[in-house]
Amino acid sequence: MPSRTGAGSGRSLPEFGLLLLVIFVLLEGSLLPLGAASSTSKSCEEAKQGHTEVHNFTKKAFPVLGVDYGHIKNPFEISLWVLLACLMKLGFHLIPRLSSIVPESCLLIVVGLLVGGLIKLAREEVPPVLDSKFFFLYLLPPIILDAGYFLPIRPFMENLGTILMFAVIGTLWNAFFIGGLLYGICQISNSDLTAIGILPCLLFGSIISAVDPVAVLAVFEEIHINELLHILVFGESLLNDAVTVVLYHLFEEFSVDGSVTVLDGILGVISFLVVALGGVLFGAMYGFLAALTSRFTSHTRVIEPLFAFLYSYMAYLSAEVFHLSGIMALIACGAVMRPYIEANISHKSHTTIKYFLKMLSSVSETLIFIFLGVATVDGRHSWNWIFVTMSVVLCLVARVIGVVGLTFIINKFRIVKLTTKDQFIIAYGGLRGAIAFSLGFLLKEDHFHMRDMFLTAIITVIFFTVFVQGMTIKPLVELLAVKKKQEAKRSINEEIHTQFLDHLLTGIEDICGHYGHHHWKDKLNRFNKKYVKKFLIVSERSKEPQLIAFYHKMEMKQAIQLVESGGGSKLPSAVPSTVSMQNIQPKNPPATTKPAERVLPQLSKGREEEIRKILRSNLQRTRQRLHSYNRHTLVADPYEDGFSDLILKKQRMMIKEMTNYLTVPAAAPDSPTMVRARLASDPQSYNMKPVSGGVPTIQVDLASPQSPDSVRLLDELGEADGKEQEKDQGLTMKLPGGSSRPNKPGETENTREQQKLTRCLSDPGPTAELKELLCVVGEV
Amino acid sequence: MGSRASTLLREEEIEEIKKETGFSHSQITRLYSRFTSLDKGENGTLSREDFQRIPELAINPLGDRIINAFFPEGEDQVNFRGFMRTLAHFRPIEDNEKNKNPTASEPLNSRSNKLLFAFRLYDLDRDDKISRDELLQVLRMMVGVNISDEQLGSIADRTIQEADTNGDSCISFQEFIKVLEKVDVEQKMSIRFLH
Repeated sequence: MPSRTGAGSGRSLPEFGLLLLVIFVLLEGSLLPLGAASSTSKSCEEAKQGHTEVHNFTKKAFPVLGVDYGHIKNPFEISLWVLLACLMKLGFHLIPRLSSIVPESCLLIVVGLLVGGLIKLAREEVPPVLDSKFFFLYLLPPIILDAGYFLPIRPFMENLGTILMFAVIGTLWNAFFIGGLLYGICQISNSDLTAIGILPCLLFGSIISAVDPVAVLAVFEEIHINELLHILVFGESLLNDAVTVVLYHLFEEFSVDGSVTVLDGILGVISFLVVALGGVLFGAMYGFLAALTSRFTSHTRVIEPLFAFLYSYMAYLSAEVFHLSGIMALIACGAVMRPYIEANISHKSHTTIKYFLKMLSSVSETLIFIFLGVATVDGRHSWNWIFVTMSVVLCLVARVIGVVGLTFIINKFRIVKLTTKDQFIIAYGGLRGAIAFSLGFLLKEDHFHMRDMFLTAIITVIFFTVFVQGMTIKPLVELLAVKKKQEAKRSINEEIHTQFLDHLLTGIEDICGHYGHHHWKDKLNRFNKKYVKKFLIVSERSKEPQLIAFYHKMEMKQAIQLVESGGGSKLPSAVPSTVSMQNIQPKNPPATTKPAERVLPQLSKGREEEIRKILRSNLQRTRQRLHSYNRHTLVADPYEDGFSDLILKKQRMMIKEMTNYLTVPAAAPDSPTMVRARLASDPQSYNMKPVSGGVPTIQVDLASPQSPDSVRLLDELGEADGKEQEKDQGLTMKLPGGSSRPNKPGETENTREQQKLTRCLSDPGPTAELKELLCVVGEV
Repeated sequence: MGSRASTLLREEEIEEIKKETGFSHSQITRLYSRFTSLDKGENGTLSREDFQRIPELAINPLGDRIINAFFPEGEDQVNFRGFMRTLAHFRPIEDNEKNKNPTASEPLNSRSNKLLFAFRLYDLDRDDKISRDELLQVLRMMVGVNISDEQLGSIADRTIQEADTNGDSCISFQEFIKVLEKVDVEQKMSIRFLH
């Protein structure tokens, strides 16, 4: 039985089913309202008649089954749209060839066109889906928040100057170039275009000049371009919001009045600064509030993610109240609150935030593109060849000239210059998107009689950039051999040496008296560490020991992984080399084992992860989680599911006085299920034995001299009595003793343990997970 | 030349430094004024104390090592030439320099010279190898006092294991270069001296 054909037919069946499902959903969506519309009107009349007839007293039969679509209409339709969006996403990925040629955004617009056409056929009125209010208040914030929260701060800050140049000056240039030339062309062409004044043209220019973050995200995430270019284009698309806002309002106001003076120009500049900085300030403020709030959420872990979302959304809305740049507020809020929130919240909450954000932004983006298609079908279009084609051409030309010109200036200040290839990608990546459309939609009809023409032109430009540029950018990137994103994770060496170089450069800058990049970064880090962290992070975790506990957690994770990976059978080859690293006793000097022996991928990945994290946090920087700013590369956390199960079970466990050995003999590995089974049957209550010595110790001894094949997980919590063998063991992770561990005055070891225990009970924080793991895994 | 207390830098000296290091005229004069402001003893050379007087260097974990890097082997004073020679390592690499003169010796700010400078900061005993102890020392300096020796040891072991290709439990310069090949050293080790 040829497996290929079997698999092929097996695959097409689900696809076919999916297609049927989609069609069904569409039909339901369009027909049900039709039927309902008639039924509601009928029921309205009946109701009226019922009122009048109540005097006539005609008893009707009790309606067993009735249809009342009216009162669920709105939620139903919204859900239907979202469902459609999600099904579309599913569908695209079942057809691999298609998704590799055509970017998702294009496919979604096409779907939107189809759906819009369907709706138009089914009934007269297309819902105004891309209503500006709906777009700006509900669809846009999730995407921006997702971008801001996972913004890679370091490359962003390093290239901030370049990004700002492109965002501010580039957008200004684009707006004036396009607006001005369009006006000229309108005047030259002897048609009704001459009626368009300079200000509406400039307004149009400002609407269409801004690079759109949604479109850029959608397209760039699929082409995996190198980090520098990605952050340049993406950063520009985020920061040009301030410029767009100011220009839009400026020209809109003055189009009504009819003239702009120099004073207005100066006010415009001031307004720009206010808008931009005000937005950032609002965002930072809310970000700090969020961080502060998260400090106290240790007892109510379930609602922790909500704070992150709410504060950010409030930041956006508050900024919008004052006509400040909501996008910049969101970005600032997300970027500011992230390091502190992550230090405070539990592992589960962190996962929740990550996935929820990705989910919301994914759905939002899909909806936006579909709606773009729908709105295109629906809109009243006024097609004017000259205007539309010239706007497309001018957009391209303006972008290219702008990028080339600016790069020429910027390269004088950059250490790593931008090459021609880079410039091409930056210019080509200037995609327009739904923001431009929504801004155009906002224009009032009575002020701008050419609104329809503007909208048509905007849509054409959007379509052109998204379809043509979006589809061709991937092959062009391949053709030009542009550097792609580094897939490999950073090695420990890179980590250490990069930190080393940071310190070195800071020192050199200080010697030169040159207050450069490194100097300020260092100052900021020091300030952060000294004051801000103490204020915003849960007190125990803002001090050093937190980092150590984190390190323990990493080691524990790796130990769990070893256990779960099947115990001894796979380990023999891998373990000796691990032992050589970890075994500090003179008995097993590293030289005896081959240091060059590469460990199994499972092992090295886990260890690498943990050591990278150790370094990140320990080398005087804040802890960072995984790079997850790209929703297409959400790294699956292999421990998540196992973790939660283990932790749940553990909640009944005693933490103290456990001489826990999890011995995994080579023959029959003790699977985690077995362990869990044993745990479940253990009716334990909490017994708060004071930790003697106050030092929870975990020992991971991978293949001690006695039994090279076994993995022993030793929990030494509270064991002051005889573990002489601990001296012989491998890696000992000790929380440092009292001297280096700053204990709060008056706080005993006991209360600290108790605190941690209570935290364990509700929902483990990052430090407490350590203990839980011990309890779970370490059961005799 | 170095011991003469001169407040003015002579043209020939500027030219020589320019040729050796590649700095421009204005950069050299600017750095010279910085040099003299650091030189409290006004004898045309800098001692270790002069460097240690810089407040930010005191809190820099690598402060002492950086200071030592300025002083040539065994000496306690560094003149302006030496000062500039060390700083030349941090000049940004310019594209046009790459093609200039293939026969001339590599400029001080080439990628491999930058890396060599960094390598020498690890490798104190100048045996062209970063041993485990040397690595441990640097880690300890960067990490602070709160990590136990065993933990640091395991980090160091892991680091060496990752980089070591010839199995000598040390990181040689070649291995060092290889490990950093993905890192953008040209940018990370350059300071934009204002023109």
